[in-house]
Amino acid sequence: MAIVLEKLCKAYGNHGVLTDFSAVVPEGKVTAIMAPSGQGKTTLLRILMGLETPDSGKISGLSGKKFSAVFQENRLCDNLSPVSNIRLVAPEQKRSQIIAAMEGVLLADCFHQPVRELSGGMRRRVAILRALLADYDILFLDEPFKGLDDKTRQVVIRDAKLRSTGKTVFLITHDPWEAQIMEACQILTLR
Amino acid sequence: MNFTLSRNASHTSDHRPPRLRLWSVMLWLLVWQLGSQALGQEILLVSPVSVLVRLSSLIRTFPFWESIGFSLARISLGFLLAAFWGTLFAALAARFARFQDLLTPLILAIKATPVASFIILALIWIPSRNLSVFISFLMVFPVMYSNVLGGIQTTSRELLEMAQVFALPAGRTIRYIYISQILPFFRSACTIGLGLCWKSGIAAEVIGIPDGSIGEKLYNAKIFLNTPDLFAWTLVIVMVSLCFEKLVLRILDTCVRYLERM
Repeated sequence: MAIVLEKLCKAYGNHGVLTDFSAVVPEGKVTAIMAPSGQGKTTLLRILMGLETPDSGKISGLSGKKFSAVFQENRLCDNLSPVSNIRLVAPEQKRSQIIAAMEGVLLADCFHQPVRELSGGMRRRVAILRALLADYDILFLDEPFKGLDDKTRQVVIRDAKLRSTGKTVFLITHDPWEAQIMEACQILTLR
Repeated sequence: MNFTLSRNASHTSDHRPPRLRLWSVMLWLLVWQLGSQALGQEILLVSPVSVLVRLSSLIRTFPFWESIGFSLARISLGFLLAAFWGTLFAALAARFARFQDLLTPLILAIKATPVASFIILALIWIPSRNLSVFISFLMVFPVMYSNVLGGIQTTSRELLEMAQVFALPAGRTIRYIYISQILPFFRSACTIGLGLCWKSGIAAEVIGIPDGSIGEKLYNAKIFLNTPDLFAWTLVIVMVSLCFEKLVLRILDTCVRYLERM
């Protein structure tokens, strides 16, 4: 079932972020959201994730769905290891599966280190992997590959594509290449 | 006095933590010994050697250990009750604003009132044997409450949103997000509370004079101007208090390691 957004409006004080935004998002496909900064991309994602309420408008097709997300920030539990952070949201995943997945995104030798001791790029990959390994129907990606070097980005984005095949994905990005590699079926632009 | 730990302060400070050095301790003991020798009157300032001699004779008696057991049981009970109720009330206050409003004057009053006033007042209601339980509870409760409440209120909103999006069960959210965020505050409250409960608990015993308590021994030392006993028992209180603090913090750290295990 497609997700239908009808005339969504959201304002903070006098500043309108979303005005009569409508879209139909097909199930099981990647939808990219592209717009200059400050145009409401993250607000739209937050509304879809249920973290914000729109001032007006209607959303259908989300009820009963399981969500997963990569936020703009990593939002990891600093004291926990990468494996524990992932198991926190994906308890059904075996340790060996998580470790194999981590090696797949070039995260080796840090399986049981607290994430606070990892570099920014490593933490980002843990956050991405956490979202990909969780049990979900809809995946929200808010500039997930930002801050990764080119080589790592290519590996991670391909891994993300592979693991999210057949799932509904919202991808916020500034990079058309990322939308292309993720095989976005449509690009929503916010004005 | 504000006991609430600032999360930023714990991260930004680069000062060296205080360390107990043997040479420093020995130097102060030497100063004490020389001071005592210079005065020449043990009743005014007993020498460290006399204190050790008195302590070594005390530890060979049954009443010595009985007194330690008596005070330790009651003061630690007061501390544990304060830790439990302080944490529970902090959780309720964080959830219900009216409950926090209701408690605020009470907490401020407890913090501002001298411990001696509480001891004298409580002595009218409570048998002197159990006075130290109540007084240590009363002194530690506001510290626990304020710190844990501060911890809950500063729990990362970002992590709570993450838990909401991933639909984490409440148990996991509490265990892995709330507890890990509150823990530095709780640990700090324990460190402060452990010192406070011994100071206030012994003060309650000195005023209430329950039979067989450390407080009674201190009181007797004062009455009979027995300075070696006074110092020996004071040393015992410091040692027991330190051991108790180390034990509680070790248990706490073990619990944390268990809780954070996935």
